[in-house]
Amino acid sequence: MSRLDPPPLNRRSFLSLASLGSFFAALGTAAAGMLRLPNPAVLPGPVRRFKLGPPEQFSAGSETPFAEQNLVLFRDDEGFYAISSTCTHLGCTVARSKDGFACPCHGSRFDSKGSVIGGPAPRPLPWLEVSRAANGELIVNADNEVPEGTRYRV
Amino acid sequence: MAETATQEFLHNLHELPHTVKDACFRLGKTPESEREESQATFHNLFLHIHSVRVHLRTLKPTLTFGLGLMATASFVITLITGVLLMVYYKPSTDLAYQSIKDIHFTVSTGRFIRNIHRWSAQLMVLTVLLHMARVFFTASYKKPREFNWLVGLGLLVITLALSFTGYLLPWDQLAYWAITIGSNIANSPRELTDAIGMTKLFDPGGLQKRLLLGANYVGQDALIRFYVLHVFILPLALVTMLGVHFWRIRKDGGLAKPEDPPGGLAEWGGEKRLVFQPLATKTYGLMALVKGKRPPVNRGPENTVMSWPHLFWAELSVFMVTVAGTLVLSFYSDAPLKELANPAIPENPAKAPWYFLGIQELVSYSAFTGGLLIPVIVVVGLALIPFLDRRPGGEGTWFGTSRERSIFWQSLFFAVAVTVGMLAFTVNHGWLRNWFPNIHQLWIIAINPGSLLVLIFAAWSLFTLKRNDSVRLAAVSLFTCFLVGFTLLTYFATVHRGPNWHFYWWPSQWPVH
Ligand code: HEM
Ligand code: FES
Repeated sequence: MSRLDPPPLNRRSFLSLASLGSFFAALGTAAAGMLRLPNPAVLPGPVRRFKLGPPEQFSAGSETPFAEQNLVLFRDDEGFYAISSTCTHLGCTVARSKDGFACPCHGSRFDSKGSVIGGPAPRPLPWLEVSRAANGELIVNADNEVPEGTRYRV
Repeated sequence: MAETATQEFLHNLHELPHTVKDACFRLGKTPESEREESQATFHNLFLHIHSVRVHLRTLKPTLTFGLGLMATASFVITLITGVLLMVYYKPSTDLAYQSIKDIHFTVSTGRFIRNIHRWSAQLMVLTVLLHMARVFFTASYKKPREFNWLVGLGLLVITLALSFTGYLLPWDQLAYWAITIGSNIANSPRELTDAIGMTKLFDPGGLQKRLLLGANYVGQDALIRFYVLHVFILPLALVTMLGVHFWRIRKDGGLAKPEDPPGGLAEWGGEKRLVFQPLATKTYGLMALVKGKRPPVNRGPENTVMSWPHLFWAELSVFMVTVAGTLVLSFYSDAPLKELANPAIPENPAKAPWYFLGIQELVSYSAFTGGLLIPVIVVVGLALIPFLDRRPGGEGTWFGTSRERSIFWQSLFFAVAVTVGMLAFTVNHGWLRNWFPNIHQLWIIAINPGSLLVLIFAAWSLFTLKRNDSVRLAAVSLFTCFLVGFTLLTYFATVHRGPNWHFYWWPSQWPVH
């Protein structure tokens, strides 16, 4: 056997391989563990339950945009409903247009009930849960979606 | 020499300028012989990444157009100006906008430095893209340079990430909405998981968005994450990979170049060159230990010149041109700063920086396909090039193998026609959702102008493969299509998209509001 031939796997090289393996295993585990840190366990965020005022303030057939809350409150003969004005495509704020809502960012269009009529938005604009506070004011919970057509009667 | 300590001290004091200079510059004078020139190169930390001699072909400006160097130069400029901006910038949603305003309007030279940072960042993106194109069209990714092509791709991705993270920092309207869109693109796998109803079980989109924003809205947590990425992690990653990139250029034997003709480049560049005389007595070599060819025995004229001064002059001039260009641009054109971020109303249109506008156009067909799937396909496709096209040939020559130039032009016209046709069709007729309002989202994810373009380009490349029986030509056609698609989409979204992402011939026709 020449000096340059690779030696067969003996105990010593087996042990070195094993320790090398455990080194990399430890490294991998440590890396995975560290990557858990940036994944937030609690999502900080403002409460998205908005008091919008007493129901008498909104006449039947009215439509009131709330820019800061990113929603529009409607009242028709059947009751109140609120539609989110955050585009379901990539989160821009839609604006009222002739036939409903239009998004400035990539041209999604929705009808006045929030259904998609054009553009890339994958889903209709969400309808949000409307309820009343103890003092009688209307409350919209922007974190709770309700099926389209749901009305809140006062 | 008997002298008192005082004399010695005075003598040393007198000699101080010389001794300090000698300590700093070991050669101590302008090198005069080739030996001293090589010492000048390898005794200096910053110069020793160069080889002592460079091949004449690689010095020819039209091989590289200095593009990689320009990218390096603009990176150095962003690094320096970025550190200066850090002196005043405050990464807090309450203070960020005001601090940029201060930098722009009150800090002395603040506006100029900020402009330089912006412009050189843009120049860096541009030159990196062009550099990749030159490496491709000179077939410089072939063996043994496959790895460096991959490192280069990594650099491209980091460069884009640096630009994107920097965009948020001013916390103005542009910033806020660009990041809202960007983080929702990260969230867009949900479009797919929602469509097949498995988001509850497996939600990679939500995870990506959470990691990026640290919350489910764009706020302080997002700003600090982007800041850390922008000023520390990404630059560090870029510098590290740049080191690997340069190291590999050396280890791969310098820039790719064709084999010299048997007679050598005797008359290259209008100069006659020294011809090595074979040494009859040479009987030994280091060949057993060192890879590569034997010493230049019997190989015609010497085709290399000393790096000092030839290469260094060339590099210095590229650096100076880059600095000069950036300064001129920054003098005449100010970096934008819109109003303070307003989460209630986006800009209309809310446009990304120019190099992302092609993606924004794709995203306006489908968020998932255009924002994630196609970019990933493109990067993976680019990464595969050197491993699928492995036949040597054409290295270091523009359009080096036969028919490359004609395939390039054919593909150029083909891709222009297809892209323009696709855009014209989409603008005039809309897409699936306009025709079938209730169509399932999966159809739109799968079939949209973006995915069709990718498929047509791939088909064209396969057609080239069959017709010309050459992998390199297939790669040339695909890469050309990619460049054309990227350029045209970018142009289209820059010029022809206006408020509500509607088509306009010119921005001057946008409605005023
Ligand atoms: C931050 C970005 C980058 C910088 C600063 C950079 C810098 C450089 C420099 C200075 C060179 C020397 C030759 C020249 O100037 O052309 C070079 C060569 C090279 N680059 Fe890059 N590069 C970057 C990105 C890329 C990208 C995106 C790719 C391709 C995907 C790439 C692939 C290569 C290859 C394969 C070579 C060797 C070329 C040859 O041997 O001729 N680089 N790079
Ligand atoms: S965010 Fe509304 S269309 Fe893209």
